Amino acid sequence: MSTKQMPAIDVERVAKLAMLPLTDDEKKLFASQLSSILSYVAKLNEVDTTNVEPTAQVTGLTNVFREDEVDTTRILSQNEALKNAPASYNGFVKVKVIIWR
Amino acid sequence: MEINSLTIQSALDVLKKKECSARELVAFYLDRIEKIDGKINAFLTVDREGALQQADEADSMRANDVTKPLLGMPIACKDLFTTKGLRTTAGAKIIDNYVPPFDASVVGRLKEAGAIIIGKTNEDAWGHGSSGENSDFDVTKNPYDLTRVPGGSSSGSAAAVAAGMCLAATGTDTGSSVRLPAAFCNLVGIKPTYGRVSRYGVIAMASSFDTIGHMTKTVADCALVYETTSGKDLFDGTTPDIDVPSYAKSLGKGIAGTRVGIPKEYLSLPGMAAEVKAATQQAMKTLGLLGADIIEISLPHTEYAMACYYILVPSEVSSNLSRYDGIRYGHERSAFGAEAKRRIVLGTFALSAGYYDAYYKKAAKVRTLIKKDFDDAFGAVDVIMAPSSPALPFRIGEKSEDPLAMYLSDIFMCPVNIAGVPALNVPCGFVDGLPVGMQLIGPQFSEARLFGVASAYEAATQWHTKWPKT
Amino acid sequence: MAHKMAKNMKYETIIGLEVHVELATKSKMFCGCPADHFGKAPNTITCPVCLGLPGALPVPNKKAVESTIMLGLALECEIPLESKFDRKHYFYPDLPKGYQISQYDQPLAINGSFGNVRIRRVHLEEDTGKLQHATIEGEAVSLVDFNRSGVPLVEIVTEPDFRTLEEVDVFLKKLQQIIRYLGISNADMEKGSMRIEPSVSIRTLKTEELPLYRVEIKNINSFKFARKAIEYEIERQTEMLESGEQPKQQTRGFVESKGNTAAQRDKEEAHDYRYFPEPDIPPMRWKSSQLSAISRQIGELPDAKKGRFMKDYYLNDYDATLLTEARARAEYFEKAVSIQSSVVSPKAIANWIINKKIDLEKVTPAQLLDQILQSTQTTSVSDNELEKIIKQILSENEKAVEDYKSGKDQALMFLVGQGLKSLSQKGNASIIRERLINAIKSSAQ
Repeated sequence: MSTKQMPAIDVERVAKLAMLPLTDDEKKLFASQLSSILSYVAKLNEVDTTNVEPTAQVTGLTNVFREDEVDTTRILSQNEALKNAPASYNGFVKVKVIIWR
Repeated sequence: MEINSLTIQSALDVLKKKECSARELVAFYLDRIEKIDGKINAFLTVDREGALQQADEADSMRANDVTKPLLGMPIACKDLFTTKGLRTTAGAKIIDNYVPPFDASVVGRLKEAGAIIIGKTNEDAWGHGSSGENSDFDVTKNPYDLTRVPGGSSSGSAAAVAAGMCLAATGTDTGSSVRLPAAFCNLVGIKPTYGRVSRYGVIAMASSFDTIGHMTKTVADCALVYETTSGKDLFDGTTPDIDVPSYAKSLGKGIAGTRVGIPKEYLSLPGMAAEVKAATQQAMKTLGLLGADIIEISLPHTEYAMACYYILVPSEVSSNLSRYDGIRYGHERSAFGAEAKRRIVLGTFALSAGYYDAYYKKAAKVRTLIKKDFDDAFGAVDVIMAPSSPALPFRIGEKSEDPLAMYLSDIFMCPVNIAGVPALNVPCGFVDGLPVGMQLIGPQFSEARLFGVASAYEAATQWHTKWPKT
Repeated sequence: MAHKMAKNMKYETIIGLEVHVELATKSKMFCGCPADHFGKAPNTITCPVCLGLPGALPVPNKKAVESTIMLGLALECEIPLESKFDRKHYFYPDLPKGYQISQYDQPLAINGSFGNVRIRRVHLEEDTGKLQHATIEGEAVSLVDFNRSGVPLVEIVTEPDFRTLEEVDVFLKKLQQIIRYLGISNADMEKGSMRIEPSVSIRTLKTEELPLYRVEIKNINSFKFARKAIEYEIERQTEMLESGEQPKQQTRGFVESKGNTAAQRDKEEAHDYRYFPEPDIPPMRWKSSQLSAISRQIGELPDAKKGRFMKDYYLNDYDATLLTEARARAEYFEKAVSIQSSVVSPKAIANWIINKKIDLEKVTPAQLLDQILQSTQTTSVSDNELEKIIKQILSENEKAVEDYKSGKDQALMFLVGQGLKSLSQKGNASIIRERLINAIKSSAQ
């Protein structure tokens, strides 16, 4: 990819993946804004990263585990668990929308 | 009480000498918030009742000779910090009614140290921003000039401390979000070594970049709070089990022989404001006069830092914001603000099939090189000194139309998060009544040295005594 | 029927399996909530972590990681020295974070084999909550229970190495057995702690390449249904091929009430999971000493145990198979055999355990021996008769005699058993034992 090209971003497809409803205006605006960001980001192609390992974390830590023990201090009561839910029913979280496939 | 002299240190002294009670101190701050925050918008939630109750408890503890490092100190938390029973919004409308059933580990530690959480501060929603203008609520104003931004994303925290509405405030720093507002509001702000302070219970922006810091009026206050918040947390697997030294003891030791590196790429940046450059060079001279060896260094991958950052961070953002689906809390996903939507789309794209290697993975490799720049540099110097922002606090609305321009204001700060090293913002001057800040950057877990250098500089310059006229 | 036979001879079925197993740890995968969610009131064992509250962070359960490695080793997998967790993104109401913490390109175990089946990978992830559909006041809704959210879940993926239903059946039963042996899960399909997703495709015989499509079947909760679902798919796809249609790459759900499968989604709509390394969890790196320590925890697996039982206790294949079916039963048997004072032969103990359906929970091994002894109390056997039988036993079982001489006490047990058998259970085991020892001693002199 050359830095001059304006990469296209299929906002509609991406928004669907992200389960993000966008208005037509938002789609248009983001397409142009993200395209200019991506052109800027194309700079990265100037960097030779042959034989360079990607960095996902910077602590250098490995093998951080917890022992297999029950921690009652953090368990929430049913009330606490449901308190912030917009809808609940008989101890369950209730989901109205059918947009979930 | 003379507001312009109060710091944590002096307030602790006041309480110790029984010149006033914690209740009176807290009430004083609550009243001040009520009086002046209408024009600043630093707070989203003020916990008057809870704060006064905690103050009473602090008073009774003090009466019983209980000693705690922050006993009775009114502190505000950025609204990314989960507070049990106290609304926590992340500055975002999508969870404007969320009341957490638990405290963030840091909040728990502050309370344990005797601090009083007086309220939750405004911010760019989710930490997405450099100005405070991306709050889904009101825009926070800079107490030094109400027509200008206080810097973001920890905008409310900076404005609250600067305007004397609390003694310290927490912030998060993913790319600049503690240091930039600290620089714009004449505060000492710490961006910790990644993993030094627990992220548990702090709403995530980009998990491998997020650090949990705070802002205070002075270096000593900053060190004191840091001793409380730092250290291993069993609930955060990325906190190493490394002892927390007494940061307060690292102050006032002098800096003769300290090797201070100046990255040549930073001062030659096109578009850097001349006044900021001048202030930085003046600060450099001062450090030299105090005995530091000033050494020019190179961070060769600097020009790629922003590009790297604006792929990796939105990628993690898009993932971290997936949990907001309006089922267990908050509203439906259409309620996200524009900036959050923009970053979700960008990040989702960078991780999606067919683009992952070209964007996410490429940026993750460049991250390795940027981190290595710092590792190499710290082979030759103890501390790196750099400007915090290339510009002075800008006018509200000035950059909000152009996200890329806004993103680029973090150019000197982002690399620090990419590498995971610690940095402090230290006030280093004023231009036209507006504060200028500089950064002191060190290798991982070198905070004690950063505090030492900062305190020497602060003692020699006294910029921190210049308060806004609010 | 004849028509069907002809079809079946023309085609070959290719089956691969994905098996999910919930680990029986005390606590969940990334938090300290109890992992045992079965039968609990909804949303009563959750915490900020498994409920996906803002700010909560995962810390992995060490036991779950070790259990997965143990299973990997038992399935003869390689354990790569580096492994990590990744985030797998999709939206569903039972997935609280909008992503599942799973493993993508660096699973804990790879390239194994189990019987004739190659194991592609074994990885660790977290379970989701449970969703049920309901109509409340005329409105169609989903009800979510997050108790199961975050329970450790192991996924075993095989290569498409199965050609028949019988092979699948044998594999699954053996897999279930080995999982139970390792003590890492009860692998109970009815309770959902073991779930199967077969992938089925059909090719014409004598084709070398795998078909270009495969049909994944979900929603199967018993061996019986796995069978039914696969059978249905074989038939459905065969018919499609016969009528000149090409089956599509698909995910289909098993419909219990109808015994068939129904399309869930086509490949075109397949999710783009946007995997990336989980930033909240440091990667895993193993030293060979750590892996050997885990390997030592594995203990003897069913096939090895069966072989040893046949060799050490002179049991036949049938008895040894039944005794080693479950680890608890095998251990009970060995405990009974090892009771020093006992003179009851291993074969007799085996017979009792197998045939008399002893309740292993209620009867201790010592009590069992008493029961056996009581029922075989000697009537009278003449000395001459006994002498004759002893001689006969010694001459017919030379190998056992040699074994005994070289120090294998179990061989003596076997000989005693033979004596009891010849005397139709009338003999006194301790007398036979004594006579045998004396006879062997004198023959050695």
